[in-house]
Amino acid sequence: MRSMLSIFLLLGSQMTLAAGAVSEYQLENGLKLVVKEDHRAPVVISQVWYKVGASYENDGITGVSHVLEHMMFKGTDAHPPGEFSRIIAENGGRENAFTSKDYTAYFQRLEKSRLAVSFELEADRMRNLHLQDKEFQKEINVVMEERRLRTEDKPTALTYEQFMASAFVSSSVRIPTIGWMNDLENMELADLQAWYRRWYAPNNAIVVVVGDVEPEAVLALAKKYFGPLKPEEIIPPKPRLEPRQQGKRYVNVRVPAEVPYTIMGYKAPVLGTAEEDWEPYALEVLANILDGGDSARLTRELVRGSQIATSAGAGYDLYDRQAGLFLLDGTPAGAHTIAEVQQALFEQILRLQEALVAADELARVKSQVVASSVYEQDSSFYQAMKVGQLEAVGLDWKLADAYVDRINAVTAEQVRAVAKKYLVEAQLTIAELDPLPMDTGSTPRADSNGGGHEQ
Amino acid sequence: MNNRLVTTLSGFISGLFLCLSAIPAAYAMPDIQHWVTANGVRVYFVPAPELPMVDINVTFAAGSVRDDGQPGLARMTNTLLDMGAAGLSADEIATRIESLGAELSTSSVREMAVVSLRSLSDKAHLEPALGILADVIARPNFDKKDFERERERKLVGIRRSEQSPSTVADYTFFQSVFGGHPYAHRVSGTEASVKALKLDAVKAFYKRYYVARNAVVSIVGDLDRKAATTLVEQIIGALPAGKRAAALPPVPALTQAFEERIVHPSTQTHVRMGAPGMHRGDPDYFPLYIGNHILGGGGLVSRLHEEVREQRGLSYSVNSYFSPMEQDGPYLLSLQTRNDQVDEALAVMRKTLQDFVDKGPTDAELIAAKKNITGGFPLRIASNSGIISHLNMIGFYDLPLDYLDTFNGKVTAVTQQQINAAFQRRVSPETMVTIIVGGEN
Repeated sequence: MRSMLSIFLLLGSQMTLAAGAVSEYQLENGLKLVVKEDHRAPVVISQVWYKVGASYENDGITGVSHVLEHMMFKGTDAHPPGEFSRIIAENGGRENAFTSKDYTAYFQRLEKSRLAVSFELEADRMRNLHLQDKEFQKEINVVMEERRLRTEDKPTALTYEQFMASAFVSSSVRIPTIGWMNDLENMELADLQAWYRRWYAPNNAIVVVVGDVEPEAVLALAKKYFGPLKPEEIIPPKPRLEPRQQGKRYVNVRVPAEVPYTIMGYKAPVLGTAEEDWEPYALEVLANILDGGDSARLTRELVRGSQIATSAGAGYDLYDRQAGLFLLDGTPAGAHTIAEVQQALFEQILRLQEALVAADELARVKSQVVASSVYEQDSSFYQAMKVGQLEAVGLDWKLADAYVDRINAVTAEQVRAVAKKYLVEAQLTIAELDPLPMDTGSTPRADSNGGGHEQ
Repeated sequence: MNNRLVTTLSGFISGLFLCLSAIPAAYAMPDIQHWVTANGVRVYFVPAPELPMVDINVTFAAGSVRDDGQPGLARMTNTLLDMGAAGLSADEIATRIESLGAELSTSSVREMAVVSLRSLSDKAHLEPALGILADVIARPNFDKKDFERERERKLVGIRRSEQSPSTVADYTFFQSVFGGHPYAHRVSGTEASVKALKLDAVKAFYKRYYVARNAVVSIVGDLDRKAATTLVEQIIGALPAGKRAAALPPVPALTQAFEERIVHPSTQTHVRMGAPGMHRGDPDYFPLYIGNHILGGGGLVSRLHEEVREQRGLSYSVNSYFSPMEQDGPYLLSLQTRNDQVDEALAVMRKTLQDFVDKGPTDAELIAAKKNITGGFPLRIASNSGIISHLNMIGFYDLPLDYLDTFNGKVTAVTQQQINAAFQRRVSPETMVTIIVGGEN
């Protein structure tokens, strides 16, 4: 295995050359611009990231960041509702937007000569959005439909939402990005106006451009369109640190479903909060030892070996803004129960705490990480995502480049150490989806937190 | 400041129109190389030296249309390929592949059964990965215990899909539109049909359909023609020539409207409406494709999106699309809405469709759609994964090698009259299937 590793390391240095140069700028109004060159094809991806998302929200207005994302397509003084999308479409562009816990981002993919179209329109809606009640009344219904589609009618998504809201009592990590239904029902235009004024400004935004472009030319365009925008006084969100969990928590979700499911999470730090900066990388390796492909432990031992589960997984995200969870989940096979799946997952954790992971398992994870860092370059969207994601949570985008080296430096001892330190019962929340019969549903299931829809 | 923006923008846009006509010459089309191996495999190759990686797709005409009364058989066969081969276990295959950082996967749909590999392109990584790919394709174990386990996993997957009103609507739609045609049944099979599958049938299916003349190999990556030729021989040279799968029967047109409502314990109702649409290489392909782009295919800008979502807030996602297949694949319009609004949403969808069939697009809509499609063309082929999906389609459906080169020209040539005529001839709202799945109100 050692010989293989040296091949990977060699490849690593070549990749840096292939990956394309990155240029970083800051405009006088505080807007950050990151340009990554990728000259493989005459296309460009343009993304505008705002440092605001569900974890910035407080009770009563949950979902407001996401609703505002929808309203950002509803017109400015210069461009009536829908015109943004029409202009992008006429220029051969593909566009959309997304909201998460920690950020809201807007993107266009265009032929490279059209970048100015994106900048002009994005700069306009960064400061000049015209929020109109008539448009809001329709769009809030669209968002409620989106919530029904993504959460209300998906038993596993509903379970995840209840699970997160129980695992955290104070940290805003608990807030579902789409918002609670009752908060959506009571949202007002004024909530959006306040949210827009508070967060949408050049000094709270990062523009990421990846493609067949010349960085200085992109800077000139950015100065032209974003440069004149006035900054805002940005007051960062309160820390809302989660009080220490004092014992195991258990959540039971009973909705009509065919297949039971369990999800478990242990409180875990992220890059920005970890006591030791190697710990998040060790947790990444740990997640990959359990679930980094078909040869990883969960699929090999629970799905193919004991056949207790038909699927099982592990997940961890080191780049979140606030401390979150190390996750495990599973679906029991045939005659097996949720309790058996949970037991099997606990046994896996115990083993990681007691025995060092094998050298070949560690080598496998590392080769996958090295290879992925090459494969990722095939997607300019993904490259832009990584830069934006890191910058939006206050991390340096260069950490993404350091990822391969940091993973390669993780030892078996460190993997065991984080397993012992973080995967402990007092920090555990377990949820299970406990199906009700589907045919009880001759009457529709009510929206999860009340609120009829008589209108 | 706002005035200034407007001025600048219109100035810029008029500049773009000039730019648009120059686009086709402004970038390089993928250099598609094509050959047929001694045992009859059709190969499509595009060199892409920019990144040190290779993508390979091996596609067989071995999808669920070949199930022949045993729904789920094609998918089960495809799934078992990498669950043991050449005496290696599933664990050993996965460990070897993943230790190389490679990605091996199997997938199957109605017409195609695919094995894909993504690997680093240097010899030390690529060679052993190719060895495993060759084993998986040519020497699967089809072990009884792997078969039983994967059957159990599929049964759980089928049960879980019943939780989803959207999946139930899709299943029912295909069944109703295609009736007795091989496109009708679920790719996954049903609980009963999967329980009834026999390992001997899997082996027989494999022997019949996983043969050279029934295969298309697409390759995009950092290697030259000579290396690609060697690579193909290595992964598929051992396959017997066999026979290409028989042509599929034509899809009968629908003769009368059909509507079915299925009760599901959900807060939303999902609507699927449509009929058999068009096939690959269809003479009406471009008019129907562009027409539908205007009606419901153009992302955030389409008539259905405007009427159902922007004007009325009735649905989060509403769209329509043709899925051209060897024979006429489905033309499908879909939306989902709160249970008590379904009649209103369905009425708006029907009216929007009927208006389009009756009157066709406006001049402005046609110009905008052409600009979107032709101007966005470089995005389709900007990555290795974008290129290989086009190669696979060109190869599998025997489309001409200049398909990509002529695409924009054919889009530009389509007239309003051609769209009107094609929609009136090919799209009949009065005989469509409508499937409605959701909670009662």
